[in-house]
Amino acid sequence: MNNFNYLRASDVQDAISQSAREADVKYLAGGTNLIDLMKYNLTRADILVDINRISDHREITELPDGGLRLGAFVKNAATAWNHLVEEHYPLLSKAILAGASAQIRNMATNGGNLLQRTRCYYFYDANVPCNKREPGSGCSAITGYQRIMAILGTTEHCIAVFPSDMCVALAALDAVVQVEGPQGMRSIHFADFHRLPGDTPHIDNNLKPGEIITGIDLPAKGFSKNYSYLKLRDRNSYAFALVSVATGLELDGETITDARIALGGVAHKPWRVAAAEDFLKGKTASGENFRQAAEIIVQGAVGYEHNAFKIELAKRAIVRNCMMALHPESQLPGAQPSA
Amino acid sequence: MTTDYPDMQAETVENFTPQKVTLTVNQKPVELEVLPWVSLLDGLRDYAGLTGTKKGCDHGQCGACTVLCDGERILSCLTLAVMNDGSEITTIEGIAQEGELHPLQKAFIEHDAFQCGYCTPGQICSAIGMLNEGKAKSREEVKELMSGNLCRCGANTNIIDAIMEVKNQLAHE
Repeated sequence: MNNFNYLRASDVQDAISQSAREADVKYLAGGTNLIDLMKYNLTRADILVDINRISDHREITELPDGGLRLGAFVKNAATAWNHLVEEHYPLLSKAILAGASAQIRNMATNGGNLLQRTRCYYFYDANVPCNKREPGSGCSAITGYQRIMAILGTTEHCIAVFPSDMCVALAALDAVVQVEGPQGMRSIHFADFHRLPGDTPHIDNNLKPGEIITGIDLPAKGFSKNYSYLKLRDRNSYAFALVSVATGLELDGETITDARIALGGVAHKPWRVAAAEDFLKGKTASGENFRQAAEIIVQGAVGYEHNAFKIELAKRAIVRNCMMALHPESQLPGAQPSA
Repeated sequence: MTTDYPDMQAETVENFTPQKVTLTVNQKPVELEVLPWVSLLDGLRDYAGLTGTKKGCDHGQCGACTVLCDGERILSCLTLAVMNDGSEITTIEGIAQEGELHPLQKAFIEHDAFQCGYCTPGQICSAIGMLNEGKAKSREEVKELMSGNLCRCGANTNIIDAIMEVKNQLAHE
């Protein structure tokens, strides 16, 4: 870890003005990813601005339109176990609880969850090329061991995946990210927040310099009757997903009136395909229809030597999770397969 | 850094000034003078001399460094000492009361819930945090909510047995 100075921001404006200094300034929230990256010397900073003492954005509040605002500085565990989240957005609650460990969820903030970096082995190994770590140096994963890598939206520059579980649910729920920066406040639709690698894989998201996430808004529709989060991984808990699926269904009898399906562990951002969700509207909630939707979602997937299995795994995970969403009460701890 | 033990003095590094951090550790006030990059874990072990909290991976993957911060279990390796100024920290040294072992300590002995013992302080602090949270109902849920603490010896089954015993005692109180 490089030597750095430490400052505390009193409010969001104070933090933003600190970020304008002539130095490499980074915001420090939960620190669970940033401090780890700094220990490996993968990230450096001249100044860390601690934003944990800011008194705003620490609550979960109801929005006038029936939605919910998750304060950016609320911890992941407090969010998952908030009674409004559990009651109206159980999909989000389940996804958060499938991620990391209880200790990390007590530390990590909602805003920070969106900003965590990939866990690609080659990104973490400073001795090998990585376009995300060192733009232009090349991608070691493409010719390396790709078990955990992406199958969708990849380029020859990067096949890393975005590791969050929480964000898979936020994508399915059509969340909106509230940010504040040197140019004022703005809202970013969740689908536009994270980026595909393209030829700039070192840029994970569309935040501008100095911007701070202040909140995450959830629209009123929470899919609290029929939802499921499934996470498939190499050990049952405390591991990143090979494939994860967030499903929310709205049903009229056995007919699907609305559907949301988002995938994690397969791309550089949570993966959603509107055509598949449109296909399901008006159809019967059946394995065959879910399989057809899965085919649409995974269309265009490219597998490599060690991760080609993920293509079929993703399709089966989608079908299984949609069936699980018909019986959400059967969900198991750790988002394991049920029903 | 120097390795003076147990009360390591903060070195002055050019352009960087040690900062005063006031903690309440195991109900006693503790003042540390640390440089910004010192983790809470190193602050507790090397500056406060409380070596009960273990450094396993130092990267948030093993749970050995688990302590309670304002009553909640956290990983002391992934937080800076300076971030925790004003916090109340409980480590394994602070859970026995008046010479009497904590019920989890007793249950770990009874169930032979360790071999090498390196993960034990973290396991016990984590279990205290988990029981305080009150979310785990079944054994499966306890296993899931304790998954952030790895035992590499193979004592995990006994660890869960020990925790379940204390959890069941609490349920009957």
